[in-house]
Amino acid sequence: MKKLKYDVVVLGGGAAGMGAINGALSQNVSVLLIEREASTGGVLNQCIHNGFGVHVFKQELSGPEYHEMYMEKLSRFDAMYETTVLNVDVKSNTLNTISISGVYEIKYGSLVLATGARERPFEALRIPGYRPAGVFTAGLAQHFVNLENRLPGHKAVIVGSGDIGLIMARRLTLEGVEVEGVYEIMPYQGGLTRNIVQCLDDFNIPLHLSTSIVEVHGKDRLEGVTVAKFENGHPVRKTERFVKCDTLVASVGLIPENDLVNETIELSDGSGANVDDLMRTNIYNVFAAGNNVCIHDLVDFAAVEGEIAGKNAAHVAKGKELPERMGILKKGEGVGLLSTKYTIAAEPFKLFVRVKKPMGTTILRLNDQKIKTVLAAKPSEMIEVKMDPSRYNMKGNLILSAMEVDKI
Amino acid sequence: MKVAVIGAGIVGSLIAREFTKYEIDVEVFEKLPDVGWGITKANSGILHAGYDDEPGTLRAKYCAKGNEMYDRLSKDLNFELKRIGSLVLAFSEEELNILKELEKRGKDNGVKGLKILNRIESLEVEPNLSREVISALYAPSAGIIAPWEAAQAAIENAVENGAMLHLSTEIKNISNENNQYVLDTSNGEFQFDMVINAAGLWADDLAEKTGVKVSPLHPRRGEYILLDQPGVVRTVIFPTPSEAGKGILVLPTVHDTVLLGPTSQDLPPTQKESTKTTFDGLSKIVKSAQKLVPAVNISKTIRTFAGLRPENDIKDFVLKREGNMMHVVATRSPGLSSAPAIAKDIVNDMLGDLEIKKRSDFNPHRAPLVKVIEMSDKERENIIAKNPSYGRVICRCNHVTEGEVVDAIRHGARTLDGIKFRTTAMFGRCQGSFCTVKIMKIMKRELGKNYEEIRKNLPNSQIVDGDVR
Ligand SMILES: Cc1cc2nc3c(=O)[nH]c(=O)nc-3n(C[C@H](O)[C@H](O)[C@H](O)COP(=O)(O)OP(=O)(O)OC[C@H]3O[C@@H](n4cnc5c(N)ncnc54)[C@H](O)[C@@H]3O)c2cc1C
Ligand SMILES: Cc1cc2nc3c(=O)[nH]c(=O)nc-3n(C[C@H](O)[C@H](O)[C@H](O)COP(=O)(O)OP(=O)(O)OC[C@H]3O[C@@H](n4cnc5c(N)ncnc54)[C@H](O)[C@@H]3O)c2cc1C
Repeated sequence: MKKLKYDVVVLGGGAAGMGAINGALSQNVSVLLIEREASTGGVLNQCIHNGFGVHVFKQELSGPEYHEMYMEKLSRFDAMYETTVLNVDVKSNTLNTISISGVYEIKYGSLVLATGARERPFEALRIPGYRPAGVFTAGLAQHFVNLENRLPGHKAVIVGSGDIGLIMARRLTLEGVEVEGVYEIMPYQGGLTRNIVQCLDDFNIPLHLSTSIVEVHGKDRLEGVTVAKFENGHPVRKTERFVKCDTLVASVGLIPENDLVNETIELSDGSGANVDDLMRTNIYNVFAAGNNVCIHDLVDFAAVEGEIAGKNAAHVAKGKELPERMGILKKGEGVGLLSTKYTIAAEPFKLFVRVKKPMGTTILRLNDQKIKTVLAAKPSEMIEVKMDPSRYNMKGNLILSAMEVDKI
Repeated sequence: MKVAVIGAGIVGSLIAREFTKYEIDVEVFEKLPDVGWGITKANSGILHAGYDDEPGTLRAKYCAKGNEMYDRLSKDLNFELKRIGSLVLAFSEEELNILKELEKRGKDNGVKGLKILNRIESLEVEPNLSREVISALYAPSAGIIAPWEAAQAAIENAVENGAMLHLSTEIKNISNENNQYVLDTSNGEFQFDMVINAAGLWADDLAEKTGVKVSPLHPRRGEYILLDQPGVVRTVIFPTPSEAGKGILVLPTVHDTVLLGPTSQDLPPTQKESTKTTFDGLSKIVKSAQKLVPAVNISKTIRTFAGLRPENDIKDFVLKREGNMMHVVATRSPGLSSAPAIAKDIVNDMLGDLEIKKRSDFNPHRAPLVKVIEMSDKERENIIAKNPSYGRVICRCNHVTEGEVVDAIRHGARTLDGIKFRTTAMFGRCQGSFCTVKIMKIMKRELGKNYEEIRKNLPNSQIVDGDVR
């Protein structure tokens, strides 16, 4: 078995991983990227639509353009591609990889986990009926169309209104596939409003809220689905309707990918890594950034998190102690997700918040301190909060709540 | 001497292999595109200990015996078998009385090691059991296998020993001319001296076609939920059985996932392909499973599926010989457990009076499939040095490599499911959302197909259709 040693090892080369490389390189340490695909970029590679880089590059780029521009920022680093990490041992600071070059044991000073997310597959929803061909996750359909130049079918139904599903509704329509509609079980959309307008409204694709699929038909290839309205989580039988289609695209959520470390790293109830504002996990030399911490709407935030993680990982690898944690953040009323679990609050940092349900004018409070007012809060749109330790007390038990003060 | 075996489920596969031990030509006919895709694909995969079956039935005769034969089979054919044991739980004094009956019946049927555990002992075996449990019947000989893997392995071994396999070939009719059986198939006519009808759910129809009356089969559907919750149970957990059958179970699979089910719903004989799942069925599974093991976490669902039991009114297997034709009908549960013993008996019976020699060159072994994830670092290094494609992991959930996918194709996989049911790629929690394209690329290369020609499983199950402009 071959052995290697690096100050900072970055696992995963998507936006967050590239950010981490950038952050670590700025501190003059040795950096190794391990990526299971043949190149960096992660999910960016298959997103040929615009809308990336509004914050970091101040322009609207496609995914591949963002990837290319970010790579230009990076000086030399070592990388192992098409390499899979089989296990991480946080006690001995080693990990084991496998690739066509054989097996390696790699020792790290610090580790940055930037492994992204995976899609929840349609099968996980336990929707009754048959299990034919023609059922795709949105990411798989996107891969077929954008990278393999292949059409999944001719008449499609989209289940779930997540961003990838919305983007695929437009993409399939542009390629001549009839998109019958988007079905969302919640009473509100899952994706960004921008995408509802640009991907559905502009193409007259209906969005059916509080509606989902109750049965899948067809033994070989999909022949149709039965849809129904949902009330209080249950289908209303008299609203059932058969929709003929040969393709079902599921955009029903992303799950932070932490399978490699789920027994060592503290995870949230949404299976994201619990980190502090320096992106450190419960293990002193293991950091995490990007979609494996929490699902981000915007690539820039994943990249920026990566930079913070990479920089602090380099500090720790060089033997520097990071300041201690001062507080613990908890979800209060109305809050569905927080990107950060622990506060060190030595410096201002960005906290990302998702609300539980759509609200009008909403006030975010940290304990009883008012920290932000938003005019319309939606679960699909992350709220960015500047957490400034010179303005707010960030010690001890911190409850972050979101309260609607005025309907829209 | 030529024998035809109709059906490549676990029963037909083991019968075919058993025949190849003799100087006789064996041909297997299967209407589906792969081996083990009938009843054998969707069931609980348990080698039952054998305490359930009333003495005097063929089930009682074959279950414990067949179960025991799997030890040897799994070694010879290199498929996975885990002897994890089973527990039947009692929640009341009445149920405890039933356990005592089962224990006695088990002893009569020759089941070894049965023991009634008290509450504490039960919880020691399975810490996640419901705290309401008062007692449990422990059967150490219960095991689990992946049934389709056993069927594939048996057929592969039979083919290595000279048998011929006809896939996607349906028997339409059987007639008898001058002591020869003429099989009219979707791929032409064939003649045999001897025929074994092991056609699963359709065995009654085929018997009927040759004028043999057997009590008709109807499907009894069993739905399942598969969970990604390794370790929640370590043994097979049954409720106390009732009139309706063995009930809904919680059990680990050989792939470290967890299976909940099956339901039990009788369907008319016209619905022998109705493998759909239902709202009521799935809801019932969740309720019943959580009654046994409250820690079952349904949000860890990987997928759902359903299988069909071939039921008759006597609730037992029927082995009916007519001339040189044998009908194996109503291979309901515990048909999987019983199959090796049934196969042995049938071949003995068919060849009994004939002067047919055993083959001296019969090779009982099937080479194991490479599983890189189960190797040591040293073994991995060696195999990758010889063939680097064993270092390219393409399935992230179960860590299947490119080399293993190629092996599966060389072992007969022609569809995505063929690869899935040989390698466990696309079997895991992402259900193929990442690796499907990679696997299709390998299939394109290895089989010289284009994307449009690749199927999920059945003839019309194409994945993609046409160019993007
Ligand atoms: C369809 C879609 C549309 C989007 N649209 C926009 C948009 O318009 N604008 C915008 O700003 N943002 C958009 N986003 C959000 C943004 O692109 C993502 O949040 C961001 O790219 C996530 O980056 P990441 O590095 O966390 O994850 P990923 O890009 O998923 O990267 C993770 C990387 O880790 C690798 N990896 C994982 N596990 C291992 C392992 N064990 N060993 C080795 N390597 C591993 C993976 O191969 C991958 O390369 C979109 C996201 C999606 C999915
Ligand atoms: C829900 C459920 C749970 C079960 N659990 C267990 C268990 O835990 N333990 C246990 O021991 N048993 C169990 N069983 C029973 C066990 O699965 C079956 O006994 C066994 O799989 C039957 O195998 P077979 O070969 O007879 O049938 P099959 O696997 O169906 O094989 C018959 C084959 O014949 C083919 N065929 C049919 N007609 C034709 C034709 N005209 N021409 C060519 N080919 C044809 C079919 O395509 C099929 O592949 C269970 C069954 C079910 C449904």
